Amino acid sequence: MDWSALQVSLSLGVCTVVLLLPAGIAAGHWLATHRFRGQALVEALVAVPLILPPTVLGYYLLTLFGARSPLGAAFERLVGQALPFSFAGLVVASAIANIPFVVQPIQRGFEAVPPEVREAAACCGLSPWQRFRLVDLPLAWPAVLTAAILTFAHTLGEFGVVLMVGGNLPGRTRTLSIAIYDRMQAFDDRGAATMAAVLLAVAVTTLVLTSLLAPGRARRG
Amino acid sequence: MAEAGLHVRLRQLTPVPLDVEVHCAAGEVLAIFGPSGSGKTSILRAIAGLATVAAGHVRVDGTTWLDTTSGIDLPPHRRAVGVVFQEYALFPHLDVRQNVMIALWHRPRAERRARADALLDTLRLADRAERPIADLSGGERQRVAVARALARDPQVLLLDEPFAALDRKLRRQLQDEIDDIRASLSIPVVLVTHDFGDVVRLASHLLLLHEGRAVASGPLHALASRADLPWLRDQVGLGSVIDAVVHAVDATRGLATLASAVGTLVAPSGSLVAGMAVRVRIPAREVILASEAPSGLSLHNVMAGTVLGSVDDEATGTVAVQVGLGSGVVLAEVTRDAIARLGIAPGRSIHALVKSVSLEVRRTQGHT
Repeated sequence: MDWSALQVSLSLGVCTVVLLLPAGIAAGHWLATHRFRGQALVEALVAVPLILPPTVLGYYLLTLFGARSPLGAAFERLVGQALPFSFAGLVVASAIANIPFVVQPIQRGFEAVPPEVREAAACCGLSPWQRFRLVDLPLAWPAVLTAAILTFAHTLGEFGVVLMVGGNLPGRTRTLSIAIYDRMQAFDDRGAATMAAVLLAVAVTTLVLTSLLAPGRARRG
Repeated sequence: MAEAGLHVRLRQLTPVPLDVEVHCAAGEVLAIFGPSGSGKTSILRAIAGLATVAAGHVRVDGTTWLDTTSGIDLPPHRRAVGVVFQEYALFPHLDVRQNVMIALWHRPRAERRARADALLDTLRLADRAERPIADLSGGERQRVAVARALARDPQVLLLDEPFAALDRKLRRQLQDEIDDIRASLSIPVVLVTHDFGDVVRLASHLLLLHEGRAVASGPLHALASRADLPWLRDQVGLGSVIDAVVHAVDATRGLATLASAVGTLVAPSGSLVAGMAVRVRIPAREVILASEAPSGLSLHNVMAGTVLGSVDDEATGTVAVQVGLGSGVVLAEVTRDAIARLGIAPGRSIHALVKSVSLEVRRTQGHT
């Protein structure tokens, strides 16, 4: 059992959720409450990581993060460290790969809030921010929680993107799912089995948590 | 420009065509009545700031909420407006008290709870304060919606089909409650409805809306006594609306006498009590005209008056006749043949006959 890999995986999951959730809530709320030109295109772009092969996504991210790209250069100048093959790069890549897992459920959650309830909040004298905080967010909360759990679980299981962007550096970018692959390559069946069981347990726990939270979404009067 | 009350002028072609001017003074209840799709709700939404309007203005007690010529358009949360939505639009994640308290942000924190409880008390919801919305009956939800609308301390109260989701019995009961509240407030109240019963029960003024335009508008009594509104006849039938006070109740005979501008009316006693303010609608089709006072009939209401005018409706062959009785007017709908036989013309003395059971009598808090 590679404990450092578990630690990298869990850190990556937590960092991804923390980084992505606020942005995902903002984007999901915007998409649910506004109608604008080019909305279909934006929604399609949000969904792209869902259908793109992880290696393709990883390839593009690696190119984007590289020292020759403006983004990669800027990051290196600011932080003094390159994005590719670093934990920071892994977090950014994982956040991008998880955009649809966060934005889509949250957008559906906000869409389920009846527009007249939002209007009633405005007519109660609540500012846009108060409406968001006191009405929209509490009503869409189960969807936000679902998104966070899904993202966390999906990050633990992510393989292609992580391998492409992070490489396989023990203790830094080697996640549990990559460690499993690593162990299999080394014919260490027992090590692979243990880690696979850990990931399976996490996945099942996640699904149970999600379905336990789901009834809250139906509890609308 | 400190005009009191609510002044609204709206003009647009899309999405809903509108071309109306609305005025409602403090203490008045303006009913906007029309079929669905006539633009009633659009007017209400424009007043609340929930919909943008191509051109026009909304002013309340001299404050401008909307003026398209000078580019003023306050967002809904900056307009002191209380809205009771058609399906109430309560906050499902909050309990009853929280639903009311959320509209009290403009008040100091220390006051909010007490103010919310006072409103819940007024609306007989004190024992429901901690209930989730999902546990409430339809009537209770409507009352929470009213309490929430009042919590805002609105300068204008807007009611969007507030009884549409209720059954007939509950509807009457809640009409009474809204009327009580209305009488205790001195702000303009705008009621949107497609049910004329709501109008008769609550309105002091009426705007008849058809495809975004006013067919007619004015005080309810004056409008209901007009003979030249075929639109209203087609929608609900003609009929005068008269405010009255119960003079006496004769329980043994099952009759009540009502004092009104058109003289004494006799109606079934029902739940009437002496001294009660009531509103009476006399359907024009139920009024019989007679040249002489008849005898030997079961009728209770035989009123001597004078013909004021009449309007002949080509389409139906009927004639709406205005009969002046005392200081009021009763409308009668009769055939052309009757007009000819009785020689009905302005100035002619005539008797208006109405069965007591034909009178539609409702309690009211009275209108000033």
